[in-house]
Formats: sequence, C-alpha cells, structure tokens
Amino acid sequence: MRIATAKESYAADEGLFKTDTQRVWFGLLIAGLLVYPLGASNYWMFLAVLVMINIISTTGLNVLTGYTGQVSLGHAAFMAVGAYTVAFFDGRFGTPVLLNLVLAGTVAAGIGYLVGLPSLRIKGLYLAIATLAAAVILGFIFLNWTPVTGGLRGLNVPTARILGIEMATPDRLYWLVMPICVVMVLAAKNLFRTRVGRAFIAIRDRDISAEIIGISLLRYKLMSFAISSFYAGVAGGLWAYLFRVVTPESFPALASIFFLAAVIVGGAGTIIGGIFGAIFMTMVPEYLKLVATALVPWFPDASIYLAPVRNIIFGALIVGFLIFEPMGLAEVWRRVRRFFALWPFRT
Amino acid sequence: MAVEFIDVVETSLAGLGTGALMALTGVAFVIIYKATKVINLAIGEMLMIGAFVFYGFSAGLSLPIWASVPLTLVVAAIIGGVIERTMIRPLMKDNPVSVFMVTIGLTSILIGVVELIWSAEPRRLPEFLPSQPIIIADAFIPSKTFYSFLIAAAVMAVLITVFAFWRGGIALRATATDRAAASSVGIDVPGVFSFSWMLAAVVAALAGILVGSVGGISSAMGLFGLSVFVVVIVGGLDSIAGALVAGLFIGWLEAMVGRFLGGEFKLLATFSILLVVLVVRPYGLFGTHEIERL
Repeated sequence: MRIATAKESYAADEGLFKTDTQRVWFGLLIAGLLVYPLGASNYWMFLAVLVMINIISTTGLNVLTGYTGQVSLGHAAFMAVGAYTVAFFDGRFGTPVLLNLVLAGTVAAGIGYLVGLPSLRIKGLYLAIATLAAAVILGFIFLNWTPVTGGLRGLNVPTARILGIEMATPDRLYWLVMPICVVMVLAAKNLFRTRVGRAFIAIRDRDISAEIIGISLLRYKLMSFAISSFYAGVAGGLWAYLFRVVTPESFPALASIFFLAAVIVGGAGTIIGGIFGAIFMTMVPEYLKLVATALVPWFPDASIYLAPVRNIIFGALIVGFLIFEPMGLAEVWRRVRRFFALWPFRT
Repeated sequence: MAVEFIDVVETSLAGLGTGALMALTGVAFVIIYKATKVINLAIGEMLMIGAFVFYGFSAGLSLPIWASVPLTLVVAAIIGGVIERTMIRPLMKDNPVSVFMVTIGLTSILIGVVELIWSAEPRRLPEFLPSQPIIIADAFIPSKTFYSFLIAAAVMAVLITVFAFWRGGIALRATATDRAAASSVGIDVPGVFSFSWMLAAVVAALAGILVGSVGGISSAMGLFGLSVFVVVIVGGLDSIAGALVAGLFIGWLEAMVGRFLGGEFKLLATFSILLVVLVVRPYGLFGTHEIERL
C-alpha cells in the first residue's frame, strides 16, 4: 500500500522512476528478461524476439502518432527500408552488425524526414494520406530497383555475427535484440523529459499555441518523423536478421495497420502503452493459432479460417478500443495500479 | 516504338470507362464526407462487399439479375446503416482522427468477413451485360467497359438531380454546410448521417457490381479504393463535380500509363500526382478552401 509521494523538486517530479517501488519493479523486469531464456523453448524465444522487434517499431510509431499527433500509414514501409538496408550492406559488404543497424535506422530516418516534408503544407488526415502515398511509392521502389533490392525475389540476409559469434537462432539473437529494445524504449521514455519531447506533446495538444510559445512546428514535426522512422528502421533491420530474407511482400500495407492498431490498443501517448500494444497484437495471432489447432478434432479445416478471423479481430480491436477504451490498455493498467495504490482505503 | 493513333484512342476510351467507375465510387466517398466529415478509408472495401453480396445472390443462390441487383442494394444499405450506427456514430463527437482510424479498422474487418465467407480466391461474376463489342469509328471498345460507363453515367446523373431537387438531398447539403443551423431549422441531422452512409454504401455496391463484372472479384479488389482515394483528393473531398472530373482523368491516366509504360507504373503515377496535389493544392481542384495548414 502506498498513499502518495511528496516530491520536493522538479527533478524528483520529472524523474524516470518516481518511487522506490518502480525501481524495484524495473529491476525485477530486467532480471526476468535475463532469466527468461533459461526456461523458454525455441518457439517461445522466437516469439520473444518478435515481440521485442515489434515493441521497438511500435514505440517509434508512438513517438509520431501518440506523442506528436501525426498519423502515419507508412510505418511498415520504413521498417522495410531498414530491413533492405541491413540486407544490402551485410550481404554486399559484410559490415558489422551494429553498424548495419545504425545505418538501417539512419537511412530510414532520412527517408522519414523526406516523407515528413509535406507537413510544411498539410496536416492531420491529409498528412496521413501523404504517408500512404509515400508507402506506395516506396513499395514500387522495392519492387523495381532490382540491382539494390533484388526485385520480386528480394534479398537474403547473412547470419548476424558479433565478435565471431554466429546468431542464427532466436535464442542467440535474443541477446542482440533484448538490450537494443531495452535501451531504445528507455531512450524514448527519456525523450519526453527533454525540451524536444515536450515540444512534440505541445504540438499534439494544440499546434497553434505551440507555435506561439516558440516551437518551430516544421522543425519538430520533421524531427518526430525522423525519430519515428529511425526506430522503425532499426526494428526492420533486426527483423531482417530474424527472418533472414527480405522481399517486397515482407511488409505489406496491412503491417502499417498492425502497428497503428498496436499503438491504439496499447494506448497512444504512453511508452508503456506501446509495449502493451506490441505484446498484445503479436500474441493475438499466436493465441488464435492455438485455438485453431485445438479445434481441429471438431473442425478439420479450422486453420483455413485463421487468416480471415485474424483480420476481423485486428479490425474489431481497433474499432472496439477506439470506442470503448480510447486510452488503451495503458489506461486499464493505470486503473489497476490505482486500485492497489489506494487499496484498503478506497476501492 | 511508334505509338499508333488508334491505340491511343482505344486506350483512352477504355481508361474513361474505368474512370467512370472511379468517379462513381468517388461520389460515394464524397457523399459520406460532405454529410459527416468522415474520411472513409474503407470505401474500396465497401465496394468489395457489395460486389460479393451480388455474387452471393446471383451465383450462389442463382437468382436472376433483376432480382439480385435490388437485393444487393438493399443489403448494402443495411450494411452501411449498421456501420454508421455502431462504429461511426459513437465517435462523431471525438476528433476526426479517431473516426478515420475506425474506418481503417473497418477495412480489416470487411476483408476478413469476405475471406471468411467466400475465401480469398478470385471469382468471376455471372455475365449480364451484352457481349457484342462496340465499335466507334475504328476504335474497338469492350462491351462491358462501354455499358458500365453508361450505367455509371446514368447513376451519377440521377444522384446529381437528387441532390439538387429532392428534399433529402437538400437536407444533406444543408447538413454539409452548417450542422448546427441545419439542426435548428428542423433537419434530423443524425438521420442525415445514417442516410448518407446508407446511400454511399448503395452507390459503392453498384460500382462494385460494375467493377466486378469488368475485372472479376476478389478480396483484394478493395485496392481499387486506393485509386478512388487519389480521385477524391485530386477532385476535392467535398465536391461531386471534382470526383467526376478527377475520376475520368485518373482512369484515363492509369490506362495510358499501364498501356505505354507497364502495369507496375499505374499506382506510382497516380500516387505521385496525389503527393503533388497534396503539397500544391491540398483542397483539390474543386474542394472548399478551408484546409488548415501549419
């Protein structure tokens, strides 16, 4: 039971962890992440790596959509840019893994910057449509710039190697993805304790007022696009190392909707929401697979209906959360925490 | 490569045929946008579900054409009304971005429903248009393209007349101009919202039947909606005339690009135009100049 915490300075109020309880929980989380591989099968390791890649990407989209208020329908295309960058550099030049990932993020950020340029003239839904157009054009480039992207057949990605250690399987890759994921999520959390992050929030809440108090809208919107695409690029690069092949079909338009759904379901504008959303949206199809397998004795062709049912559930989750729980799972989590924080005195 | 004049003419005519269908779907989009200010990303999927319902009646139940078309339109109207009441109405007071994202979710739901019932395989609609090809001067036009152009033109003429003279059409335009004022002179604004979604679903279903009869139907035919999206942005989101002009133009352009550069350049061309229009003239050719930009 914890009633309240008296804060005596702005630093304490703005702190990353506000109470000892939070520090303890965070320590437990890190410990859990370190211990997890000991008990997990290969399948669960694969899922963990996939979830973490999606967490990175969703956090990126959350910076743009949740915190800056700019809806992007092209997030998966930026992931594809990152994946292609990794495939190109590792396959062609054999550059080190970490350098490739930084390159993936940087190239994606550069393209994100370009895609953000129309925000000079348009905003809101029109900008969302512009990102959709950019995604379509990027898709065209992936398909037709054969010397670099391999055209329809795509590119094969070599095994990730760090210090001579091959990371071919998810249980090895985990040790690459997990630290990157933790660092990037913490970086995003910290971003919103700085001037830049607060400027993003100000733009989301009331753009005209933000401009009047001295925030250059264009500059910060472009910065938000670039940061968001950087996250997507790194996630795409890790994705390439996990699946080892990148084709134009790797990141369909529906994948952008997947990340948008993850942001909405998790809770736009909270870091924890992005994490919840990514976990939830990645696990739903897996759970459906389990259900379908369990139903096979009664309905032999249950697995045929898997893809359509998944589409329906994705859509229904977006619609349902927007109507009934617009703040997402993060708000549910906040209510649960509040209940326990005030527990015996107020329910 | 020498481009033959007759080839250009034939491609142009075929493009205008597709363009008329884009314009018709664009009108469905504009009806919704005018009345409710909702950008409906799911218009292509509403077209798709209309085409599949028609398939269900005409091929699945083998009903004659004169029965299955009206039945399809009735079902489409019901679907449109249900979508409006359950998904759009609860969010009308929220910001437009939420409603926009609901229509994205709707896209996914409609694709899922169609694949669940009819599977993802492409299908052909039963033939119902005359198959005698049309020859204008020396140019050869596929009959389906020709007749779907005529039907689309007729439907749009009816719609424009309805908006100009019928009470309901005037109520819709009044709601588009000023919701509060319309409400205060006794127009049932929520009713207009429902009506606009039902009407748009009917128009989209009609377009879906025509598109499907020309090119077959599949769960991916919602992609047609992407081009329609370009059409309405270029024409202006709230302008029916804009949808007509831009529809014919984009249809013509796609046909020309597809014929002389290759099919993969179609979307590239239309979306490049979309980007240029968004940056240079975001309200489109005939749209209201009320866009905010900062």
